[in-house]
Amino acid sequence: MAVQVRIPTILRPDAGGQAVVEAEGETVGELFADLVARFPNLSSKVITEEGQLHKFVNVYVNDDDVRYLDKLDTKVTAADTISILPAVAGG
Amino acid sequence: MSRFASPVDLIGNTPLLDISQLSPNPSVSILVKLEGCNPGGSVKDRIARSMILAAEANGSLAPGQTIIESSSGNTGIGLALVARSRGYKLKIVLPENVSPERKQLLEIYGAEIISSPGSEGSNGAVKVAQKLAADHPEWWYPYQYANPANVDAHYTGTGPEIWRDCPEVTHFVAGLGTSGTLLGVGRYLKEQNPAVQIWAVEPPAGEMVDGLKNLDEGYIPPIFIDFGGADLLNRKKMVGPRESIEGVRTLAEIGVLVGLSTGAAFLGATKCAAEIDSGVVVFLSPDGAWKYLSSEAWTGDLDEATERARQTLYF
Repeated sequence: MAVQVRIPTILRPDAGGQAVVEAEGETVGELFADLVARFPNLSSKVITEEGQLHKFVNVYVNDDDVRYLDKLDTKVTAADTISILPAVAGG
Repeated sequence: MSRFASPVDLIGNTPLLDISQLSPNPSVSILVKLEGCNPGGSVKDRIARSMILAAEANGSLAPGQTIIESSSGNTGIGLALVARSRGYKLKIVLPENVSPERKQLLEIYGAEIISSPGSEGSNGAVKVAQKLAADHPEWWYPYQYANPANVDAHYTGTGPEIWRDCPEVTHFVAGLGTSGTLLGVGRYLKEQNPAVQIWAVEPPAGEMVDGLKNLDEGYIPPIFIDFGGADLLNRKKMVGPRESIEGVRTLAEIGVLVGLSTGAAFLGATKCAAEIDSGVVVFLSPDGAWKYLSSEAWTGDLDEATERARQTLYF
C-alpha cells in the first residue's frame, strides 16, 4: 500500500530532490524502512542506530505527532499523509 | 483588589472565558484563558517576571545590569515591561520576520533590538543570543528555553488559576514554543487530577526554517527534557497557518480578538473536543489580536493572509 510522505527542504537532497515521495508499509516504521532502502542517505538522519526516531525529527500522520501515538508502530493507511519535519523552537 | 502600585503587579489572574458555543461536540465545553489581558499583552509577562525575580533573589541579576535574551517577540516585550519598571537595560535578539508591531512595542519599552536571520527562525535567534551572552559575561542571559523559572511561572500561576476557576477541566491544550506553559500547567493539573490530558499544538516547521543547514541545528528546549515533557504530553497536533487564521476569524465572530497562535490552539481544542465523548477542554490564548492587525489576518483575502502568515514567525 503506497502512502505519501512529505520530505522537508533540509532532507530533500537525500531523497532525490523530491518534496513528496511514496512509500510502502502498514506502519510508520515500515514506511521508513522502505524509504531508507531506496534513499540510503536518509537512514541516519531519520532513524537512530537504536532504531528510534532521531531526536530532532518530528513525524506526523496527518496532524498527529507519532511520538504521542504509537511511535514507529503507528498504523497508516493510503488515505494518510505522513510529514517529516525538523524540530524547531518557538517563544 | 483592583488597585495596583506597579504594572508588574498586574501580571497574572487572567480571565477564563467559556466559548462552548464554538464546540463541535455538545458534550464538550471549551474555555479559553485569555493571556492577552496581561499588562504587556501576552502570557510571556508571567515568565519575564518570574525569571527576573528568581535571578534577583539568587544574586545573578543586580540593579542596573543589562539583560540579553532571544525572543520571537512576546518574551522580549514581557522582559521589557519588567526591566523598565525595575531599572534594567535590555537587548533582544529578534528574528527579522516577526510582525512590525512586536518591534514597535519593544522600541516603545526602550529595548535595543538585535536582528537575526528570519530564515533561521527562533533557532537562529537563540544562537546569536548565546554567542553574545558568552562574549559578555557581565550581561544577564535568562535563556527562557532552559530557565526553570519559566516553568515555575506556570506551575505556581497559570496552572493554579485554571484549577481554581475550572476544577472540572479534563483536557488542557496549549501551543508548544519554549514548552514552559505546557510543562508548568500540565504538571500542576496532573498533580491535582492525574486523569487530566495535556495536548500540545505546534505550527508546521515549514518555509520559516529553510535556513537550517542540517537537522542537528534542530532544537529541543532543555526544560522540555529536564521536566519530562515527552512523558507529560498526551498528544501533539500540528496546526497550519490557514487553520490558525480561520480560527481567529471564528473567534472574532463571537467578539474574541486574539493572536494567530491562539487560532492554532483553538483548532487544537476543537479537534480534541471532536475526538472525545465528553469533557471540559481549557486552552490557552497567548496574546490578543493587536500585534497582528498589520497582517490583515481578519480582513484580507484568506489565501493572501495565509501566505503572509507563512512568512511570519507568530509562535
